[in-house]
Amino acid sequence: MLSRVADSLYWMSRYLERAENTVRQLDVTMTLMLDSGGVNAEERWSRMVAALGNPEGLDWDGDLDSMARKLIFDSLCTSSVTYCINGARENARQVREEISTEQWQRLNRLYHQIHSPMAQTQFSSSISDVLLTTLDGIHLFQGVGDTTMIHGQGWQFIRLGRHLERAYATATMLEVYQPELFHSPGGEATGHQYLELVGLLRCCTAFEAYCQVYTADVAADRILEFVLLNRDFPHAIRYCVDSIRTAIQDIEHTGGRRSPVELNASVGRLHAMLGFTTIREVLDGDPAAFLHRIRQQCLAIHELIYRYYVQYSIQSALAA
Amino acid sequence: MHFVTGSLNFGKKALIEPMSAGHQVELQSLFGDYVLDRAFDEMREGNGDVRAHYRALAETLAGLQPEELQRRKQSADLSFLNQGITFTVYGRDEGTERIFPYDLLPRLITSAEWDRIERGLTQRITALNLFLRDVYSDAKILNDKIIPRDLVYSCKHYRRQMRGLQVPRNVYIAVVGSDLLRLDSGEFVVLEDNLRVPSGVSYMLTNRRVMKRTFPQMFSSYGVRPIEHYPQLLLATLRSLAPEGRPEPNIVLLTPGVFNSAYFEHTYLARQMGIDLVEGRDLVTHDNVVYMRTTDGLKRVDVIYRRVDDDFSDPLVFRADSSLGCPGLFNAYRAGNVTVSNAFGTGLADDKAVYAYVPRMIKYYLDEDPILPNVETYLLSEEKDRKHALANLDKLVVKAVGESGGYGMLIGPQSTAHQREEFARQIEANPRNYIAQPTLAFSRAPCLIGDQLEPRHVDLRPYVLFGDKINIVPGGLTRVALEKGSLVVNSSQGGGSKDTWVLE
Repeated sequence: MLSRVADSLYWMSRYLERAENTVRQLDVTMTLMLDSGGVNAEERWSRMVAALGNPEGLDWDGDLDSMARKLIFDSLCTSSVTYCINGARENARQVREEISTEQWQRLNRLYHQIHSPMAQTQFSSSISDVLLTTLDGIHLFQGVGDTTMIHGQGWQFIRLGRHLERAYATATMLEVYQPELFHSPGGEATGHQYLELVGLLRCCTAFEAYCQVYTADVAADRILEFVLLNRDFPHAIRYCVDSIRTAIQDIEHTGGRRSPVELNASVGRLHAMLGFTTIREVLDGDPAAFLHRIRQQCLAIHELIYRYYVQYSIQSALAA
Repeated sequence: MHFVTGSLNFGKKALIEPMSAGHQVELQSLFGDYVLDRAFDEMREGNGDVRAHYRALAETLAGLQPEELQRRKQSADLSFLNQGITFTVYGRDEGTERIFPYDLLPRLITSAEWDRIERGLTQRITALNLFLRDVYSDAKILNDKIIPRDLVYSCKHYRRQMRGLQVPRNVYIAVVGSDLLRLDSGEFVVLEDNLRVPSGVSYMLTNRRVMKRTFPQMFSSYGVRPIEHYPQLLLATLRSLAPEGRPEPNIVLLTPGVFNSAYFEHTYLARQMGIDLVEGRDLVTHDNVVYMRTTDGLKRVDVIYRRVDDDFSDPLVFRADSSLGCPGLFNAYRAGNVTVSNAFGTGLADDKAVYAYVPRMIKYYLDEDPILPNVETYLLSEEKDRKHALANLDKLVVKAVGESGGYGMLIGPQSTAHQREEFARQIEANPRNYIAQPTLAFSRAPCLIGDQLEPRHVDLRPYVLFGDKINIVPGGLTRVALEKGSLVVNSSQGGGSKDTWVLE
């Protein structure tokens, strides 16, 4: 597969994953604002912005409506949902021949949807409808991709982009929220605390899955265990890293001329770190540092993907 | 569906059965202000009768409620939008991506008409290819003074680098799209030959797909010759031109990138052929071999279907400021390690002044008379022609010889005095750069405008493939000047397109 094409598929996927994450966090934050519960709107907003990786230009101006509008529609704001969808579509447009027609049509429809005057009208009547429509669009795109695209290298790069973005975003979010998780008084969660914890789970669409594993008995350490270390839940960081690892293995198998030694090592280290650590060890140590290390590793993996698949030097390739 | 027998009249005369009274009303209101004049009408004869092969179409339209017709139109439009079938318009900053306008009614061509077109184009393309080979080797046609030497060497698309270079199978022009017009006599003529990077074939293919969904019954009852195998033919053509000793050639399509107006087409063709779509930055050359950068290292490239102009293909040989091409490509080509189609320098033969000599080429190389005639052309570098043209600018169409896409053109009868002065000045300054032709009353076909049928000017661009032999898929792109009275069919200038049905 052409390096440029792999690059575009990877970013198409990352942008959509980013859009999805932003939509979900915004949805949860706005729902939580309905319950006063001690935390004021500004604080909540800044915390969400921090969890989104502190993008610029989203300082609280006192008006939730205009802030939300900006985060959804402002195509100049580099973290807005529209910006991400534009980015995904632009990347898809450059590799139009690699993705299936069904995929392109879904993405194109999502793009026209968010740019349509209808979306603005919908926003005025119900913000959460806009968010749900957008989520639906993204899910449809992903589903159609999985069922219509050949599961070759291109698909693996899409998978790589999705899970790397997700692992990084989830680690960022946990890093922002974890101080409060563990500094709240122990024992039975109060009504407001309960809502906060459930909100955190819902940010990763993890509430129902969590209940299946631990029952509705929500507790901070279990949440962390679930979102960080669960092997089977698609939004858990460990699951994402496992997917990254198999995607890279599959890419290596379909090509097979060069072995990405350092990349395998880097992913393997992260994989081992999440696979062979218990939540007790994380909590007894420094959870913030642990999460931070995950993010650093994700960044390193991104760099290595570029070095092996996209930006290698011609000399090294001719020598191989 | 039943076909109408006998003659059908519209306009002031009464309708003759077997159409029902309801149908009469429908067709009358559909035709509304349908203008018939000197120009050939594809659907109707001079007296208003519907031509025999258009009758089933007229029947179908008459049988549809206006709402139903609109519904089908909307569903076709939506299908284009969702497929992202768009093109880019230059010279505007906003909203550069647009849907290609599409007219719902097919343009019909009888098998006898098509037969003539097919033979005529085969003859013409054969001669043009022989001309390119000759000019870039022995230049016999120039030595025999059939074509003036100056005319060839002053052409801005002449590439001296191609002199003496052997191209695979002696095929210079593997992919051609010639533009035909139909004159008031009903005869098809060639307006121009596009021998560099002709575009539009993806619209031909997508129009057909949408059309089959829009009028399934009518389509099947008409017996239309298929065109869907074009991508496969193109692939076979490219494969037949691969360098020797490369039995499993790696074929790629080279695009200028996402900002090119035909980018949709490039992606479409690459996908339909199952080949990689590459940009210049994906390619590298080493020891006169072209490689592409893949996730698995460098991979050798054998055949390039080039959709980038000569000028931008290789900064080492052509324009040095171009970043769209691949440095070293031409040397690899010269070394015979890679085939580039179309060859470089083919624009020489579609120069609008060289065009005037094509009938003479056909005579010279094939000793045949042209089956498809040329349009009468004044070479403004010739003093007599120039004087005539300058005196008659308001009646003529003036074109810059090296331009395409409807740019650099003056349409006399629709121009202002100021525009004519401007062109006269440019002609005096550089007469070799211009030709003039009479303003042609070329044919019109019915289009759905609002909920009425109105005639609009159309041309026809069939697509010719030239590998081990010449192949023309039956049909092509019918381009429509959608604005009333307009004679410009180019998509960049407000043109649209129609599906073209060649009947069995």
